[in-house]
Amino acid sequence: MANGILVAAEVSGGAVASITLEVLGAARRLADQMGKPAQAALVGSGVEGLAKELIAHGADQVFVVDEPALAKYSCDGFVAAMEKVNAAASPDAILMGQSDMGRDLGPRLAFRLGSVSAMDCLNVTGEGGKVIAERPCYGGNARATYSFNTSPAVISIRSKAQEPVARDDSRQGQVTKVDAGIDASAIRDKLVGHQEVAEEGIRLEDADVIVAGGRGIGSAEGFSVLEELARALGGAVGATRAACDNGWRPVSEQIGLTGKIVGPTLYFAVGISGASQHMAGCTGAKNIVAINKDPEAIVFKSSRFGIVDDYKKVLPALVEACRKLKA
Amino acid sequence: MPLHIIACVKQVPDPEAPASAFRVDEAAKKVVAAAGVTPVISQFDALAVEAALRIKDAAGDAKITVISLGPETARDVVKHSLAMGADEGVLLTDSAFDGDSYTTALALSKAIEKIGDYNLVLCGRQATDWDAGVVGYGIAEMLGIPSVSLAKSVTVQGDKVVVERVLMEGYDTIEAPLPALVTVSNELGEPRYPKLQQIMMAARKQVTIWGAGDLGLDASKVGAGAVRLNLERLFQPVSEVECEIVEGETPDEIATKLAQRLREQKII
Ligand SMILES: Cc1cc2nc3c(=O)[nH]c(=O)nc-3n(C[C@H](O)[C@H](O)[C@H](O)COP(=O)(O)OP(=O)(O)OC[C@H]3O[C@@H](n4cnc5c(N)ncnc54)[C@H](O)[C@@H]3O)c2cc1C
Ligand SMILES: Nc1ncnc2c1ncn2[C@@H]1O[C@H](COP(=O)(O)O)[C@@H](O)[C@H]1O
Repeated sequence: MANGILVAAEVSGGAVASITLEVLGAARRLADQMGKPAQAALVGSGVEGLAKELIAHGADQVFVVDEPALAKYSCDGFVAAMEKVNAAASPDAILMGQSDMGRDLGPRLAFRLGSVSAMDCLNVTGEGGKVIAERPCYGGNARATYSFNTSPAVISIRSKAQEPVARDDSRQGQVTKVDAGIDASAIRDKLVGHQEVAEEGIRLEDADVIVAGGRGIGSAEGFSVLEELARALGGAVGATRAACDNGWRPVSEQIGLTGKIVGPTLYFAVGISGASQHMAGCTGAKNIVAINKDPEAIVFKSSRFGIVDDYKKVLPALVEACRKLKA
Repeated sequence: MPLHIIACVKQVPDPEAPASAFRVDEAAKKVVAAAGVTPVISQFDALAVEAALRIKDAAGDAKITVISLGPETARDVVKHSLAMGADEGVLLTDSAFDGDSYTTALALSKAIEKIGDYNLVLCGRQATDWDAGVVGYGIAEMLGIPSVSLAKSVTVQGDKVVVERVLMEGYDTIEAPLPALVTVSNELGEPRYPKLQQIMMAARKQVTIWGAGDLGLDASKVGAGAVRLNLERLFQPVSEVECEIVEGETPDEIATKLAQRLREQKII
């Protein structure tokens, strides 16, 4: 008997990761549709105190695995811990974020449990007692929906695709400790180093305005006017893979299927053709403004506003116009 | 014994083909192959072969075997890998393999066991058709070996593999004992392009062909009879956005108009 919808929570910098709140939102809605509880697995070291956060954000029941060997993510350690939680919770589905952790943990856990995973999903619903997951495929050119023949269905959710439920500190939930007995020496994938690439200014994922440039910008220097526009609007600069591959921008600024997933209020696509693999990273943007000299560019199809012109002509004027508006 | 590296390569429709050439047959739940668009080696899988070649270059000696599961035409991606510099090629082709990622992972893991004596298995981070990103983990789980994903570099040091694993911000360095499985990401760089002479040499190389029987797999336990993930629907998302083109006589006029429209709509 399956008992609920379980979220594999993620802890980042001592707090519940924002992606986990989004996934909890999806799990809460799915659990309600299926008439089951929303469960959460809190795996780590020194994390027990965060259980109440998960309850405030929608979990009815939290399973805590708090052990020193789980201080840092490892595939072996976390799969083993989740295997134990799965046995205690016996959920219909396990949901997690499509994050550094989730994209690694999800499929291996699914195979460990003799089941399957659908990764990077935009939505998950319960239809007639069945879990249905919807995900983009073919570089964002197509969408697929899936049902599962085996249980639990393991599903990862793309960031910015789901809304969290509003925090409610009066919510009640049950906390259960699970002893996984993870031995550090049994973890084969060992973390031996870490390199942070510090982003200057606003993080792309948090930015409300993003000015993104592509191959059409033509050079690293060409991006300076994009930087000015970003500054004028309090935003951040992003790029396509083409711009990053050319070395004009650091890879940490790449937006898309294999880059960052962003969801700003306003997204400028400048000198960007609008390939599905790029647009996959900004489908969460509320308003896209495309500036492209080719009127046939596919990017206009997903844009609210468009300017058909050379960016070198219009962008400096746009910087001025925005400065005036903001003044 | 020199290192033995196995790379898994899939044949996919060219993901860089123009979007206008992309069409879905919703009834058949299939992507329609566009005329004039030739199938290619999945981009990240070419990088898996590249990563293997870089390890071989550094070690001075290593054997690289590539495996592809797919129709007869998938021989082309095996040949492409051989032309890049891989030593041996295996093609798993059998209608019994038409299933989901589970069957693919099972058949590939059985083939790897049959080849035997491997130290490292390399896969792409995701196949550039379905973008699933799961098969590598299935192979590792079925072989009972550690997995490390999203490599931007892979090196072998003694009896372990050292991987720089790409994160949203920066990267981790992860070590695992051999044999291990590593999935490769685009940050690895560019795959080498085969030279004409290598293409000619690869053309003469024999590709080993195996079916379900050769792998000791009961045809009823794989493929359609063992599907775990049901494809319910496949469709092309439609964008509902109406694009308002902002025009004017001068750049200043266009820019001012756009800024005003954004202000009116309370976007800025
Ligand atoms: C598996 C896979 C994963 C991928 N992942 C990503 C990803 O994560 N992110 C990503 O971005 N891409 C990704 N890509 C690549 C993607 O398919 C496109 O190739 C890429 O996004 C194109 O970048 P672009 O729009 O900058 O360049 P192009 O497609 O070359 O477009 C340049 C545009 O600039 C316009 N232009 C030129 N000059 C000017 C000017 N002076 N003023 C105004 N406009 C001008 C042109 O009209 C053109 O539309 C991936 C591809 C694959 C196969
Ligand atoms: N049919 C196949 N033949 C060979 N390798 C495959 C096949 N399918 C998947 N793989 C490998 O597994 C990786 C992930 O695939 P996927 O899980 O389908 O996205 C690919 O990048 C390949 O390295």
